[in-house]
Amino acid sequence: MQLNADNLACSRGGRDVFAGVGFSVASGEALVVAGRNGAGKSSLLRLIAGLVRIAGGTLDLQGGEPEASIAEQAHYVGHQDALKPTLSVGENLRFWAAFLGAAADDIEPALEAVGLAALADLPAAYLSAGQRRRLSIARLVAAPRPIWLLDEPTSALDTPSQARLVELMRGHLAGGGLIVAAAHGPIGLTQARELRLGAEG
Amino acid sequence: MTAFTALLLRDIRLSLRIGGGALMGALFFLIVVTLMPFAIGPDLNLLARIGPAILWLGALLASLLALDRLFAMDQDDGSLDLLMMGRMPLELAVLAKALAHWITTGLPLVIVAPVLGLMLNVELRAMGWVTLTLLAGTPALTFIGLVGAALSVALRRGGLLLPVLILPLTVPVLIFGVAAANAAIVGPAPFGPPFTILCALSLASLVLGPIAAAAALRHGLE
Amino acid sequence: MAVIDLANPTRFLALVNRVLPWLVAATALVFAIGLYRAAYAPDDYQQGATVKIMFLHVPAAWLGMMGWVIMSAAALGTLVWRHPLADVAGKAVAPIGAAFTLICLITGALWGRPTWGTYWVWDARLTSVLILFLLYLGVMALYWTAEEPGRGARAAAILTLVGAVNIPIIKFSVDWWNTLHQPASVLRLGGATIDASILVPLLIMAGAFTLLFITLHLAAMRNEILRRRVRSMRLMQAQTMAEARS
Repeated sequence: MQLNADNLACSRGGRDVFAGVGFSVASGEALVVAGRNGAGKSSLLRLIAGLVRIAGGTLDLQGGEPEASIAEQAHYVGHQDALKPTLSVGENLRFWAAFLGAAADDIEPALEAVGLAALADLPAAYLSAGQRRRLSIARLVAAPRPIWLLDEPTSALDTPSQARLVELMRGHLAGGGLIVAAAHGPIGLTQARELRLGAEG
Repeated sequence: MTAFTALLLRDIRLSLRIGGGALMGALFFLIVVTLMPFAIGPDLNLLARIGPAILWLGALLASLLALDRLFAMDQDDGSLDLLMMGRMPLELAVLAKALAHWITTGLPLVIVAPVLGLMLNVELRAMGWVTLTLLAGTPALTFIGLVGAALSVALRRGGLLLPVLILPLTVPVLIFGVAAANAAIVGPAPFGPPFTILCALSLASLVLGPIAAAAALRHGLE
Repeated sequence: MAVIDLANPTRFLALVNRVLPWLVAATALVFAIGLYRAAYAPDDYQQGATVKIMFLHVPAAWLGMMGWVIMSAAALGTLVWRHPLADVAGKAVAPIGAAFTLICLITGALWGRPTWGTYWVWDARLTSVLILFLLYLGVMALYWTAEEPGRGARAAAILTLVGAVNIPIIKFSVDWWNTLHQPASVLRLGGATIDASILVPLLIMAGAFTLLFITLHLAAMRNEILRRRVRSMRLMQAQTMAEARS
C-alpha cells in the first residue's frame, strides 16, 4: 500500500495555504509533516482525510481497498477529541468503534492499550486533557484502518503516555500500516521521514 | 451493531442525558400554547375552533427551534469530521441523526399534544385526530429543518438563520396538517386527501431532506 | 469556444462593459414604447383605469419567478460544474429577483385596494408570491451571513435547489388551501381571451422588464466580480505584509 501526493495545493477562504506539495508514503513508513505555524500542517492532514477540498494536484492510494475512498481507510486524530462528555469512556469508544467499522464489539483491549481500562464507566467529562487524547487514540486500536493521520498526537500527553503512543505507532507500522503525523518536535519514531512545509522561519 | 444503529442510539442517549434537552421542545410547546389564550382571550369556543391550528403552530416552532444544535454540537467537538469519514454514506448518517432527533423531540410533542388539547377545549375524540396528524406531519418538519441545520453549520452560523431559511418551506406541511385536523373535527371536507398528502410530504422529505443536508455538509468543506 | 471565453471573468467583464450601454438604451426604448402603449390601452369596463397596474404587476410576477429559475440554473452550475461565474450569477440575481417579487407584491396591494377594498387579501396567487419573496430573503440572508463567498455560494445553491423542488409544492398547497377557505379569486384575467389591445402592450412591457432584469443582472455580476477582486487583493496584501514581517 502506498499513499502518493503530487503537486498538492490547498486554499482556505480564498487564501493559498500551500502549493506544490508532493510525497509518497508506503506501508510500514511514517511521514512527519513539519513547518512553522500556519504553514498548513493541519490542512494537509485534513486534506488527506477528505475534510478539506483539494485545490490542485493529485492524491491517490495504491493497493488499498478499491471501493473505499482514502478517507474511509484512514483514521484522523485532530485537535478536537470527538468525545461526548455525558457519555462514559466505554460508550464513547464503543460508538466510534461501531461507527468506524470495527469487526468486534470488544473494546477492552483498546482501552487497555491506552491505559484507560479502569475508567471505562466514568463519564468522559471527568477526564483530563491527556486522558481525553488517549481515549481518542484508543479508537485507532479499536477499529483498525491502515492509514493514521495524527495532528500533534503527542500534545497533552505525559512521557509514559508518549512512550505508549510510540509503541502503538511502531506496532501499526509493523503491521503494514502507514502514518502521516504533523508535529512541532520529534514524535519518537526514529525511522520517520520528514516533510517540511512552507518557508523556514 | 451497524454504524446506523450505533449513531441512532448514541444520539438518543445523548439527548436523554443531562444537558441533552430532549424535553426542551415539549416544554417550549407547552409555553407557546399557554401564551395563546392570553393573546386571543379565554373564549373556550374560539379556542376549540382554532385549537388544532394553535397546536400545529406550536409544534412547528418547537420542532424547528430544537434543530439548531443538531449538527452544531458534533461540529464543536470534532465528531462531525469523523462522521464524514465513516464507511456509511453521509446521507444515511444524517438520516440516523434526524431519526434520533425526531424520536427525542418530535415524538414528545405528539405525546403531550392531547394534554394541551384539553387546555384548549378541543374535544377528546377530535384530539385523537389532531394527534394523528401531528404524528404523520412532524417527521416532515424535522426532515425539512434538517437542511437548515446543515446549512447553518456549513456557514458556522446559528440562531435565527435556521428558522428564516426553513419556515417558508414548511407552509405545505402546515396547510395540510391543519386542514386534515379540521376536516376530522368539523368537516365537511373529507379527512383522507389532506392526510394522505401530509403523509406524502413526510415521506418525500424523508428522502430529500437527508440528501440536501448531506450535500450542505459536504459543500461546507473548505 | 465562446462559452469557455466567457468563463474567464476578465473576458466576461470586457463583454459586459461593451454590451451594457446598448442594453441600457434598449431597455429605456422598450420601456418608453411599452408605457406609451399601456397608457393608451383601453380601460376595463369594470375596474376603469386601475387595470393598468396590471402592466407592471404581471411582468414583475413573471420575472420574480424567472429569477428563481436563473438562480436554480446558477446553483447547478455552482454545485455540479463548480463554474466560477455561476457563483457570481446566483449571488447577483437573488436581490434582483426579490426586488421584482416585491414590485409584484406592492402593485398587487395597490391594485387590491380599489378592487377588493383592502390592500391585502389572502388570495392564492398573492400568498404564493409572498412566500416566494420570503424564500428570496432566506437566500439573501445566507449570502449575508457567509464570511467567505465560496462557502456562502454553495450553501445558497443548495437552499435554492431545495426551494426549486418546494416552490411547486407550496404553490399547489396554497391553491388547495385557498379553495378551502375562500371563493375563487376576484381577479380573473379571462385566460386566453385577453384582447390584443391589452395583450400587445402587456407583452411589450414584459419584454421591457426582461431587458431591465438582464441589464441589472449583468451590472450586478460585474460589481460582484469587482468586489471579489478587491477581497482577494486585500487577502494578498495581508499575506505579503505577514510574510514581510516574519
